[in-house]
Amino acid sequence: MRLIEAIRSALSAIMANALRSLLTMLGIVIGVAAVIAMVAIGSGARNLVDSQIRSLGANLAIVTPGNVTQGGARLGAGAASSLTDEDAQAIRREIDGVVAAAPFVQGGAQVVAGGSNWGTRIYGIDLDWFSAREWDVATGRTFDPEEVRRGDIVILLGQTVARNLFGEDDPIDQIVRVRNVPFRVIGVMASKGQSAFGQDQDDVVFVPLDAGRRRVIGRNYAKDRSVGSIFVKFANESDIEPGIESMTELLRQRHRIIGEQEDDFSIRNLTEIANTATASANTLSMLLAAVAAVSLLVGGIGIMNIMLVSVTERTREIGLRLAVGARPRDILRQFLIEATTLSTIGGALGIGLGMGVAYLVAQLAGWPSLVSTNAIFMAVGFSALVGIFFGFYPAQRAAKLDPIEALRRE
Amino acid sequence: MALIEARDLSRVYSLDAGRVVALDGVSLDIDQGDFVAVMGPSGSGKSTFMNLIGCLDRPTDGQYRLAGTAVESLDADGLARLRNREIGFVFQQFNLLPRVDALANVELPMIYAGFDRRTRREHALQALGRVGLAERAHHRPMQISGGQQQRVAIARALVNSPSLLLADEPTGALDSRTANEIMALFQELNREGVTIVLVTHDAEVGRHAQRLVRFRDGRVTEDRRQTPVDARDLASEAAE
Ligand SMILES: Nc1ncnc2c1ncn2[C@@H]1O[C@H](COP(=O)(O)OP(=O)(O)OP(=O)(O)O)[C@@H](O)[C@H]1O
Ligand SMILES: [Mg+2]
Repeated sequence: MRLIEAIRSALSAIMANALRSLLTMLGIVIGVAAVIAMVAIGSGARNLVDSQIRSLGANLAIVTPGNVTQGGARLGAGAASSLTDEDAQAIRREIDGVVAAAPFVQGGAQVVAGGSNWGTRIYGIDLDWFSAREWDVATGRTFDPEEVRRGDIVILLGQTVARNLFGEDDPIDQIVRVRNVPFRVIGVMASKGQSAFGQDQDDVVFVPLDAGRRRVIGRNYAKDRSVGSIFVKFANESDIEPGIESMTELLRQRHRIIGEQEDDFSIRNLTEIANTATASANTLSMLLAAVAAVSLLVGGIGIMNIMLVSVTERTREIGLRLAVGARPRDILRQFLIEATTLSTIGGALGIGLGMGVAYLVAQLAGWPSLVSTNAIFMAVGFSALVGIFFGFYPAQRAAKLDPIEALRRE
Repeated sequence: MALIEARDLSRVYSLDAGRVVALDGVSLDIDQGDFVAVMGPSGSGKSTFMNLIGCLDRPTDGQYRLAGTAVESLDADGLARLRNREIGFVFQQFNLLPRVDALANVELPMIYAGFDRRTRREHALQALGRVGLAERAHHRPMQISGGQQQRVAIARALVNSPSLLLADEPTGALDSRTANEIMALFQELNREGVTIVLVTHDAEVGRHAQRLVRFRDGRVTEDRRQTPVDARDLASEAAE
C-alpha cells in the first residue's frame, strides 16, 4: 500500500472518531504550541536586544537631568538643565572605562532648503557623539574639532532629511536654513533605519553643540553651558555598573549635592533594558520548555493509550486483514502511520496555536513576532517522532496478533 | 496433483487444563474444481482443519501442500502471500470493514497484492458484478442486507482469483432463503471452476456440494461423492 493511501486510510480512521482523536491530540497541540512560542519569544527578545544595540550602540549609559522619581527626565527645547558639557568632560576625564561622553541638546526644527522644508529633530552634539553612538557619515565629513569648539554653523543631515530636501541631488556644500540661520551641509549620516520602537532614526539633523545651544534650540541653553543629556560609552559591559556609581559620586560633588539631598540627575544603563528583556524572555522560555516537555510526554502517552484502544477495538479488522494477505509488517505500518498522522495533525494545530501565542506575546512585549520556518519544521518533525515513538508499542501489538484469535474476538 | 494434499495433519492445543487434540491425523486430497462440504458435530475439528488448509495456522504434525507448495517451509510472510494469492475466505460473520463502502472492502486483498488503484477498482467492480452487486458498490455494510453483505464478502474472497475458496459456516447467520441464494452463488462459481470447501452444520446446505466429508473427534469418519441438489431451484421454489 502506497504511503499516500496509507495516510488517507489513517485519516479516515481518525475521522471516524473525530472527537476522541481531537482530545487525544490536545497534549501534542499544547506541547508543540509551547515549543513554537518558546522559539519565537526567544528570538524576538534576542532581536529586540540586537536592534537596541544596533540603534543606540553597545555598553551605553545615559545621564539625564532631573530625577526619575520626580517624574522622569525633562528633555527638549527650552528645558532648564542641571547638566553641563563640563560635566561630560569631567566624566570623560575621571571615570574608569569611559571611552566617550557625548553631551547633547535636542529640539524640533523646520529645515528649509530652497523651496522645500522638512520638520525634523535637531541635535547639538560634540565629537564624542560619533563614537558613543557608533554612527558615522555616509558621504562628506563629520565636524572638525575647531568647528565644534567655535560652534560653526555647519550641519549633518540624516538620510531621511537629505532625501526629502534634496531628492537625488548631492546636498554637500548646499545651504539649509534652520530658524533663519543658514547652515552649510558638510555630510550625510549613514542610515540607521528604524529603532526598536519603530521610529525613523534617520529623520534627524546634527549641528555642533554650541551652534545648537546658541542659534536654534533654546534660550535656556545659551545662558550657561548646560546640555540636555549625556551619552556615556564604556569599553566593556562590566565597566558600566561601577562606572555609574562613580559617575553618581562625581556629579553629586560637582553639583554640590550633600547628604540626604536628592540627585538632580539620573543615570540609566541602556544595556540593562535589553538585559531585562533577555532575562524575562529566558524565564518565559524555560517555563514554555517545561510545558512543552510535559505536554509532549502526556500527549505521547495519550496517543499510545488511544492506539491501544484502537487496536483492541479493531482486533477483528486486523484478523481479517491478516487473513486476506496482510503481512505483520503491513499491520505495524498501518498503525504506526495512524499514530503518526494523529500526532502530526496535533503538531499542525499546535503550530497554529503557538504562532497565535507568539504573536500575542510579541504584541505585549513590543517586539516583532518571529516564527522561523526552522521552528515549524522542527515542531512537525518532533510531533511525528512522538507519534512513531509512542505508536510503536500499540502497532507492534497489533502486528503480533494471531489471525485466528483476532478473527474470533468479538 | 491435487490442489490440496493433506497428510496426517494434527493440531494439538496445549493448555493449562491439558492437551486438546483438535485434529488427529487427517489425510485428505481435494482436486481443483471440487466442491466439498465439511460437516460434523461441534468441536469435531472442522474449523481447525479449515484454518490449517487456509494457511492461517500451522499443524502440530503432518504435511500440507497447497497447489504444490510445501506450506511448512514458509515463513509468516510466505504464508501471508499464499493467503493473499491462493485463498479466499468467507466467514459466518462476514467481517466487512464498517467504515468503507462495498467496493473498498472488495479491494482490500488487492491492496496487499500491490495492485495500483485503477486495477483494483476495475477488478473489484468486476468481482461485485460476479456476485450481482455492481450497483451497490458505494453502499456501506450497514446499508445493505445480511445476504448482500455475504455477497460482498464473497466478492472480496474472489477478487485476487484464488485457486481455493474457504467458507466456514457462510450461511450460519442467514435465513434459509438467503442461504439458498448464497449456495446458488457458490454452485455457480464452482461451475465456473472455483474450488470450494465449505463448513456447515446444516444438512440442507451440505446437499449442494459434490463431496461430503464428515469429521468426528478430529478425524474424518466419512468421505463420499454425491449428486448436488441445485440451489437455484430451491431458491426459485421458495420465491413462489
Ligand atoms: N485456540 C484454541 N485453544 C484450545 N483449544 C481449542 C482452540 N481452538 C479450538 N480448540 C478446541 O479444538 C477442538 C476443535 O475445535 P473446532 O473449532 O475446530 O471445532 P468445530 O468443528 O469448528 O466446532 P463448531 O462446529 O462448534 O465450530 C475443540 O475441542 C475446541 O475446544
Ligand atoms: Mg467451527
